[in-house]
Amino acid sequence: MSVLISVKNLTLMYSDGVESLHNISIDVVANAVNVFFGPAGGGKSTLLRAINRLNDLADVSTVEGQIFYNGRNVLDPQVNVIELRRKVGMVFSRPAPLPLTVYENVVYGLRLMGENSKSVLDGRVEEALRQAVLWDEVYDRLNDPGISLSGGQQQRLCISRVLALDPELLMLDEPTSALDPVSTAKIEEMLQELKSRITIILVPHNVQQAARTADYSGFFLQGKLVEYAVGKGLFVNPREKQTQDYVTGRFG
Amino acid sequence: MDNSNYAQVSKRKAIVGVNLLRLITFITALPVIGVIVYIIVRGAPALSWEFLTAMPRDGMRAGGIMPAIVGTFYLAIGTAIFSVPLGVAAGIYIAEYASDNKLTRLVRIAIINLAGIPSVVYGLFGLGLFVLFLKFGTSILAASLTLAIMTLPVIISTTEEALRQVPSSFRVVSTSLGATRWQTVKNITLPQAMPGVVTGVILGLERAVGETAPIMFTGASFFLPLLPQSPMDATMALPYHIFVISTSVPGMPVQIQYGTVLVLLFFVLGMNVIATLIRNRARARRQW
Repeated sequence: MSVLISVKNLTLMYSDGVESLHNISIDVVANAVNVFFGPAGGGKSTLLRAINRLNDLADVSTVEGQIFYNGRNVLDPQVNVIELRRKVGMVFSRPAPLPLTVYENVVYGLRLMGENSKSVLDGRVEEALRQAVLWDEVYDRLNDPGISLSGGQQQRLCISRVLALDPELLMLDEPTSALDPVSTAKIEEMLQELKSRITIILVPHNVQQAARTADYSGFFLQGKLVEYAVGKGLFVNPREKQTQDYVTGRFG
Repeated sequence: MDNSNYAQVSKRKAIVGVNLLRLITFITALPVIGVIVYIIVRGAPALSWEFLTAMPRDGMRAGGIMPAIVGTFYLAIGTAIFSVPLGVAAGIYIAEYASDNKLTRLVRIAIINLAGIPSVVYGLFGLGLFVLFLKFGTSILAASLTLAIMTLPVIISTTEEALRQVPSSFRVVSTSLGATRWQTVKNITLPQAMPGVVTGVILGLERAVGETAPIMFTGASFFLPLLPQSPMDATMALPYHIFVISTSVPGMPVQIQYGTVLVLLFFVLGMNVIATLIRNRARARRQW
């Protein structure tokens, strides 16, 4: 087991003080599904958006601590955020295809890098859509608008879009919260296949999903990391009472 | 208490109320429709191929208004050349780049207020700055610049508004895939906002095309024997032409006055229709 990302004493506050992180230290293990779970407002999304510096778009007032990624602190203003975001793919809770065709959605990130060769793009489209188990459903609809796909297909399209960039880390923020159980199962299965090549951070939309998918898991509550464990530890044998109360459904 | 009776009374009241609103709306629209119909009825007999394509004769009392039509085209194009790139760029900056601080808010208020300045003030400003100080003379250039300044606030605020309507999730997604701010604007937000931007541009130019005051000091001439040969020449233009033939030419046939007004009205309404079509088509195709 090797660590891809190491968060050290991260404290983050938004200007309006809505959601923030308090002194978080956590490791993201390479080639595994790292699950960050807990009730809404716990700071999970904020943490993801700190890792790929998407918080730069938000109104953040304070950031302290470090996030080491391959030994480099990504919070350093000198870091090339464009490069960082290409290596760290993100999938959002609502399927959010760009207002483009299926094909153009998948190649969007590649085109941004200046890749315009049709044969290269064609190859990557098929590859990325196959990885996201979507190719068979959309191979004849590549020029339809991305929004014309079903919700579950849209979300897999968003995953393909990220995979096309060949990321080292894939962060999924409640990717199945708007999906039916069949689509959810497809995505969970896909993650298990992907993890041999890509490191995954998953914010699940419920405890069951957390328990099903986790190789490593951290329980977040109100901006604090309450407990961290290997495997299904948090669900089988939690040490903290808050964790136990949450995983047994006493609150949430 | 009899509930059904109460329901019936309130239903009757609602019907009366809705019909009252309907009537008021109709009354509001009436003058507009009246003006248009009146001008068409009075002006249509003047329209002919000669009227649209010939030079004026007999001190404007006969012949056509071709130079005024052509001049209005020139002014519209000249205005667009200056106001569209500037206005759209400023709108993009305000919507996508400027941080929300006091200065930005001040600029935004200034732009909104610019739209409320009377057009004659723009005319005098253009006279002072372009015609006299910069020595452009009364010319298409000076008039276009004056009209462009007048049009800018409309284009800036509609561009800004159109960009703000694009869902911010697109910006977040595009950024998360490694786009720079400009790449996001160029690939996603601006294309999505384009119908709104085009509508704003057309509405702004439409206002410019119909104005008299800004061009009467800066570039419009009542009669020129030749069409303008360069941007430094003065030009005839429909609104100013209407102003003069309605006030200063004795023995002017009324038909020609109405005919000229009708042509200007076509110009402006035509632009309006194009703007509406673009907006409706875009709305039907929009995916959010």
